[in-house]
Amino acid sequence: MATAVTAVPWLRTEEQDKTVFRTCPATGLKVDVAAERLIIANAVAAVVFLLIGGVYALLMSLTRWQAVHLLPANWFYRSLTAHGFDMLVAWIVFFEVAGLYFGGAIMLNARLVQPRLAWLAFALMLTGALMVNVIVLMGEADVAFTAYVPLKAHPTFYLGYILFAVGALLAVGLFFATWVVARAERRYTGSVPLVVYGLLTAGVLAVYTVISGAIAFIPAFFWSLGWMETYDAGFYRNLFWGFGHPAQQVNLAAMVSVWYLLAAITTGAKPLNEKFSRLAFVLYLLFINLGSVHHLLVDPGLSFAYKVTNTSYGMYLAVLGSLIHAFSIPAAFEVALRRQGYSRGLFEWLRKAPWREPGFAALALSLILFGWMGGVTGVTIGTEQLNLAVHNTLRVPGHFHATVVSGTTLAFMGLTYYVIPLIFRRELKLKSWATLQPYVFGGGMALVSIGMIASGILGAPRRHWDVTFAQAPFQVALPGTIHLTLAIFGIGALIAIVGGAMYLTVVLASVFLGKRQEASQLQLVVVPAPMVAGNGHAGEADAENHDSGPYAPRGTFIIVLVFLAFFATYYLANWWLLGRLWGVG
Amino acid sequence: MIAPPAVWWRPLGRYERSWLTIALVWCLFLTAMMPLWFFLGRQNVPATSYRVAPAHYQKLVTDFAQKYQVGTENDLPIVAPPPGDVYLLAKAWQWYPVLKLKKGETYRLHLSSVDFQHGFSLQPINLNLMALPGYDYVIRLTPTSSGEFSLICNEYCFIGHHLMTGKLVVTD
Ligand SMILES: [Cu+2]
Repeated sequence: MATAVTAVPWLRTEEQDKTVFRTCPATGLKVDVAAERLIIANAVAAVVFLLIGGVYALLMSLTRWQAVHLLPANWFYRSLTAHGFDMLVAWIVFFEVAGLYFGGAIMLNARLVQPRLAWLAFALMLTGALMVNVIVLMGEADVAFTAYVPLKAHPTFYLGYILFAVGALLAVGLFFATWVVARAERRYTGSVPLVVYGLLTAGVLAVYTVISGAIAFIPAFFWSLGWMETYDAGFYRNLFWGFGHPAQQVNLAAMVSVWYLLAAITTGAKPLNEKFSRLAFVLYLLFINLGSVHHLLVDPGLSFAYKVTNTSYGMYLAVLGSLIHAFSIPAAFEVALRRQGYSRGLFEWLRKAPWREPGFAALALSLILFGWMGGVTGVTIGTEQLNLAVHNTLRVPGHFHATVVSGTTLAFMGLTYYVIPLIFRRELKLKSWATLQPYVFGGGMALVSIGMIASGILGAPRRHWDVTFAQAPFQVALPGTIHLTLAIFGIGALIAIVGGAMYLTVVLASVFLGKRQEASQLQLVVVPAPMVAGNGHAGEADAENHDSGPYAPRGTFIIVLVFLAFFATYYLANWWLLGRLWGVG
Repeated sequence: MIAPPAVWWRPLGRYERSWLTIALVWCLFLTAMMPLWFFLGRQNVPATSYRVAPAHYQKLVTDFAQKYQVGTENDLPIVAPPPGDVYLLAKAWQWYPVLKLKKGETYRLHLSSVDFQHGFSLQPINLNLMALPGYDYVIRLTPTSSGEFSLICNEYCFIGHHLMTGKLVVTD
């Protein structure tokens, strides 16, 4: 077969290949050293932007907590703009690019194609992100993360977004190229692992996202330079959310991939049924980007049919995808733990789960907070009519802090602890902090979301400096309970920021002070017990079904039923509340 | 690391099939709720809107306010129109004018902005809609409770955003 390979000029045989590989002792994977450096660079950039965004988060939450009310109005709105960009775009996308290079090259034993172009992508993203941050700090772009036309920012702001997007698109392109080349060069056999499959899904969604972003921002750039007279507000909103919402779906697909990875690392779990999990990713691919209309549900200019079709992702089939993962991930580690001997009753496996292992704690909390808080509130507020009582209140950031922060960010934090020994090749320092960190961060963020959602139900607007309206011409009396709910939000934010600081301390201490060493095992604190019977890799074990017997995922089935009951209660309660509103139509 | 088995498309197990069925039924129910409420519910998202030039909208509102003005508060006209077309204008950072409506009557409330995007948020009812420049959004509104209500802006509209409040009165 070697001749067939060399016939194509951009493919290399093993002899031709000059790529420098090292072999990872813990996983046995061949690691492309050039890819590894790029992973480190992107991960470091991600963490730096998380730090900057975290400082803004602290300042803003201490302002919205009415008893403290720290910042003046202009600095509050400035922080809002920078926080949105640094967290939702810079931190997440840099981390995802690191994840794509990991999935595309290292998990497939492959070489990263064109590392130079990958460095160019990195430079473009970094330049763009710095441009946005500087121009916002200079006070020339107080337009919030969304930059809704006709609010106008300095052209540098839009250009920064565009450069970042071009860099990200290039990185995604290189990921796909790496996969195609790996396949053609036969670097791996069979189908790609589920984690890579999920990352490929994220990559496809990312292409759509970035293109829509470019279509929104390039005219905005021209308009800010005065080359374009007007830019329609409704049109911009459609385009912006064609970028802004799918960007979160990229996060979703990447996060679910990380969930499968963390489950595998910390419990030895593997998907019960690859078809089931892959089907869920395909549902994401086909339907989830329709959800961008979630932000436009109470906009003029769009019809009922358009809104309903899009907001429901067709027929909630992307939600079906998430419900599949909600079962298949806990079921995978339930079966793995049962096979380690924790098979008594419904929930022994849950009690004996490796709760002290940072990756498992991060996975479990991320899964719970994302699903029970983020997912349930998301589907509810994305229902066309229900949105009348929700749009632009604090319920909206309450929802997405449960998804992007408690879900995605927490999962990414958990993964970082494993990246340090495997990729940075440093001993993880402060392991007891790493064990505690997901609980502190997740607990704090849960309070943040609960505080925000409750405030929003009471009518508090999002992106607002002063809900007491002290300087406004007409007094507004929002219910007094709002001070309690905003205090819950503020206190939760302080706890979460402590959790964030713990994360940064562990990471920085390990990277700078940790002993240089090769990782000898994947786990950091708790090593899973050997499996009783099977659950090994590809082979006969897979043909086993888990329909009955001691290893069947009965506990997970009960948990997902309880989850559905909670979901239904919250959803129907919202219809009941809507029914008490004034007549509107 | 977790390479897939050679045959990954084997049939689903019992628990997977059951959960998939339950989840699918729930998704269909979620889908059905919106059209059902559209026909049976009293609270729906308004779907009527027209293009309007901001200057023209400004004139419509000013004429309307002059015609039905009954008083003044905070330098804004208080306007008590009969049921039918009613106009509200959003601009940085003000809701113009103060509307005085009657409980149980149905109005065609026109909503638009003459500068930035603004968020119409009626409190403590907690009814929220977007006001965009260039779009005349027509809302069939039936107040079902009386008293004094507040309008706030919940779409960020530059640094005076938190100053943007207004008032709406409903009499019995
Ligand atoms: Cu406003």
